[in-house]
Amino acid sequence: MTVSCRFTVNGSPVYGHFAPMRRLLDVVRAECGLTATKEGCGEGECGSCAVLLDGALVNSCLVPIAEVDGREVTTLEGLRTDDPLFAAFAASGGTQCGICTPGMIMAARALLNDCPHPDLSEIRRALSGNLCRCTGYTGIYAAIRAAAGQGGE
Amino acid sequence: MHDDDRSGAVPFKEAPLRKDGTEKVRGTARYIADVRYPGMLYGATLRTRLPGGTVVSIDFDENIAWDEYVVVTAKDIPGVNAVKMIEQDQPVLVEAQYRHAGEPVMLVAHRDPQALGTALAAIRIEERACDEGPVFTIEEALRPMTRQIVAGNVYRDYCMEKGSVARALGEPCHVFEGEYQTGAQEHLYIEPQGMIARVEEGVLTVEGSLQCPYYVHAALVSMTGLSADQVRVLQCATGGAFGGKEEYPSHIACHAALLSLKAGGRPVALIYQRAEDMAVTPKRHPSRTRVRLGADGNGRLRFIDIDFVIDGGAYLTLSPVVLSRGMIHAAGPYRCDHVRVRGRAVATSHPPFGAFRGFGAPQSIFALETAMDGLARTLGMPPEVLRARNVLVPGDLSPAGQGIEGPLDMHRVMEEALEASQYHAKVARCRQWNAQGQASRRGMGIATFYHGAGFTGNGELALRSRAGLRVSAGGLVEILTSTTEMGQGMQTTLSEIVAEALQIPYEGVCVARPDTRDVPNSGPTVASRTCMVVGRILAQAAYKLIARLRAGAALPSAYDYDEFCAACARLHASGDVATVMADYQHPVDSQWDESTFQGSPYRSFAWACYVAEVEVDTTTGEARVLDFTAVQEVGRVVHPTVAAGQIEGGVVQGIGYALFEEVHFGTDGQMANNRVTNYIIPTSADVPPIRVLFQESRAGAGPGGAAGIGELPMDGPAPAIINAINAALGTEIRHVPAMPEHILAAMDRGHL
Ligand code: FES
Ligand code: FES
Repeated sequence: MTVSCRFTVNGSPVYGHFAPMRRLLDVVRAECGLTATKEGCGEGECGSCAVLLDGALVNSCLVPIAEVDGREVTTLEGLRTDDPLFAAFAASGGTQCGICTPGMIMAARALLNDCPHPDLSEIRRALSGNLCRCTGYTGIYAAIRAAAGQGGE
Repeated sequence: MHDDDRSGAVPFKEAPLRKDGTEKVRGTARYIADVRYPGMLYGATLRTRLPGGTVVSIDFDENIAWDEYVVVTAKDIPGVNAVKMIEQDQPVLVEAQYRHAGEPVMLVAHRDPQALGTALAAIRIEERACDEGPVFTIEEALRPMTRQIVAGNVYRDYCMEKGSVARALGEPCHVFEGEYQTGAQEHLYIEPQGMIARVEEGVLTVEGSLQCPYYVHAALVSMTGLSADQVRVLQCATGGAFGGKEEYPSHIACHAALLSLKAGGRPVALIYQRAEDMAVTPKRHPSRTRVRLGADGNGRLRFIDIDFVIDGGAYLTLSPVVLSRGMIHAAGPYRCDHVRVRGRAVATSHPPFGAFRGFGAPQSIFALETAMDGLARTLGMPPEVLRARNVLVPGDLSPAGQGIEGPLDMHRVMEEALEASQYHAKVARCRQWNAQGQASRRGMGIATFYHGAGFTGNGELALRSRAGLRVSAGGLVEILTSTTEMGQGMQTTLSEIVAEALQIPYEGVCVARPDTRDVPNSGPTVASRTCMVVGRILAQAAYKLIARLRAGAALPSAYDYDEFCAACARLHASGDVATVMADYQHPVDSQWDESTFQGSPYRSFAWACYVAEVEVDTTTGEARVLDFTAVQEVGRVVHPTVAAGQIEGGVVQGIGYALFEEVHFGTDGQMANNRVTNYIIPTSADVPPIRVLFQESRAGAGPGGAAGIGELPMDGPAPAIINAINAALGTEIRHVPAMPEHILAAMDRGHL
């Protein structure tokens, strides 16, 4: 059994028939070829698959594609290319192995959209669903603050 | 709440950008799960379920069209059925007898991952258990009349001795004794392991997530019987490793290769799901350490007597080298005339334990540093005073008999740590807080330690590492090394070293992809050896390159980058070789006796003093690190952001090791909580402010006096945190992880 779904990914329309329980993560990676979104755990614990669904941060490994019908998906590839988070993460130790980085940047973008000048406790709360095993988070905090200081959206 | 991120590091603006930064933040770096080939098959592994036994038969459900599938068993192995490591004891695929649950028996591949799932459910592996029960702990392994996995269940039994503990024991002194335990630890790199194998132009080509391309290459050559040039290994972007991708990638590579070879060379992807990765791949060795310390009334150490045992699991893998590193670090950075360390690696029915950042040292350092606090209590002496009284200074001999050379000043490291953490003021404040009868108790804890960089003893000599540089006609210098980037910043650090040696801009240097067809064997990417050992080889290569450009391409004696580029163009035009190689040079004065563990085990050490401030909720037993200070003497900081990132990340892994990360083993001996949901690593909510400070003596053996730093930060947090908890509660907790229930139990014992 399949369901037909129509939605947008990074502004481009997507239409197709999918197994209803197919994960948004797989559709984004395999069907749309957008591989910035990563799979770390497949069970909603690590945040490396984070995307924005109608602007809200979700773990795409937990979203069945049937739920995406009629909605807007934004992946890392869909952020503005001059989003200050990119340069800040690269410069201030926000990335090491990089596997958590797209999810972290999505979480940071969701935070800055709601709260352009977060304090450290707000940053920590906003990242609590994203695991990083490399940085100890310190460099990520520094990156988000640097990006916020540059007047992110 | 802190707002002083990186108070100790130089602001990032002064440092060049990470080489791999852009591709990682843009999401364009290609990890193995991002790689696809037309017609690619997906593979899966069927495993044993009992903790040791015999595979009796394999049954296939007849309702499946098996000819659509690629099916591999041990019979399909063309070469040696063993994964090449220190010994060839671990099979690539089980033939009949096996030692633990989770051993691979069969491999299956299909185009459609869904169809693959159906087929796996339709295969039945019938197993018969061993007659004797499995052994799951060090105690069980050493008990007589138990299952013998190897003779006596002891893989290695080593002894390191300096002076005579027996004689020192006869003299009067204050003695403290304790038994310490550390649990297994899962790496939980966020990218699960995976490989893709295919045959391309007659060459078996395997790529994936890995630390050591030439380990994988050697394993494939041995398993396939192919010649070295018929096998090619490439690294993909690797999403964290921490030692976890040192050994096991060889297994997955062999499996993927077998499937591809059977499928006529078609690409086969073998990418683990998280649960499989956590259940079957190696973890940090659990340990048990008995420590006996003797000191005179002034706190001067008279003897250090240690019995260090690690659980190696069901196969030898890397346990001998983990054991020797753990032993060499067991007696700490202290001056003591009589030292005895016995070390054993034992066999149990768990899947093998393996390399994990620190490599045996975090285990033995935890025991010693926690015992040092016990000794301080016995002597009625503050723990920092006891340490200051014994720490090695230039002119001393280390426990391995190595002369300590200046300008190292461990006292300065300790002083800075105490000052930066406001140690004395906080000890007083904790005392006040605890006297107020709050629902929590607070304490300060300290650990002093060092970590040796590079392979132990004569290891570097045996590796004979090689690395090189290739220069383009445009003047771009490419680093040729099998050293891999796994997040630790190797591309950035080595590029800086080469740029500095060549006196050209950092932007003029890049790192070639680790590909065994293109880069020489620079040894594995482990043991904090990259900067010191490989960096040094590359600096030599840079000097050779300059010499060649001078001799063959008229590079002036003083030059700017334009002149350098012009010389490169001339070199190419003249048809001269544009690649230079350099080899590891072993210092002539470095001696190491493997039988007594005396001599120079490492060329350089990084030295550190870490301080933790901890709060324990006395109702729930939950411990929280409030503040952490990490001061280290690392020779030289090559890149401040990269170096600080290594320390910060390592400290957080160490916090997890101390307080959160508990591996539960099921009745089959495999990790039972093999999910990110129930194996808890620190999140951003758990991490305290971490103050990272560097001292630079410039005395390391690496370029510009650098030593190695990758593993160091894993050693200190666990003892500092447990010492802080014991100080807060008046308890004697002697193991990690210290989970809330353990802390409550220790409080009951201490009648708090
Ligand atoms: S892969 Fe989705 S949360 Fe981990
Ligand atoms: S950078 Fe490696 S997991 Fe975050």
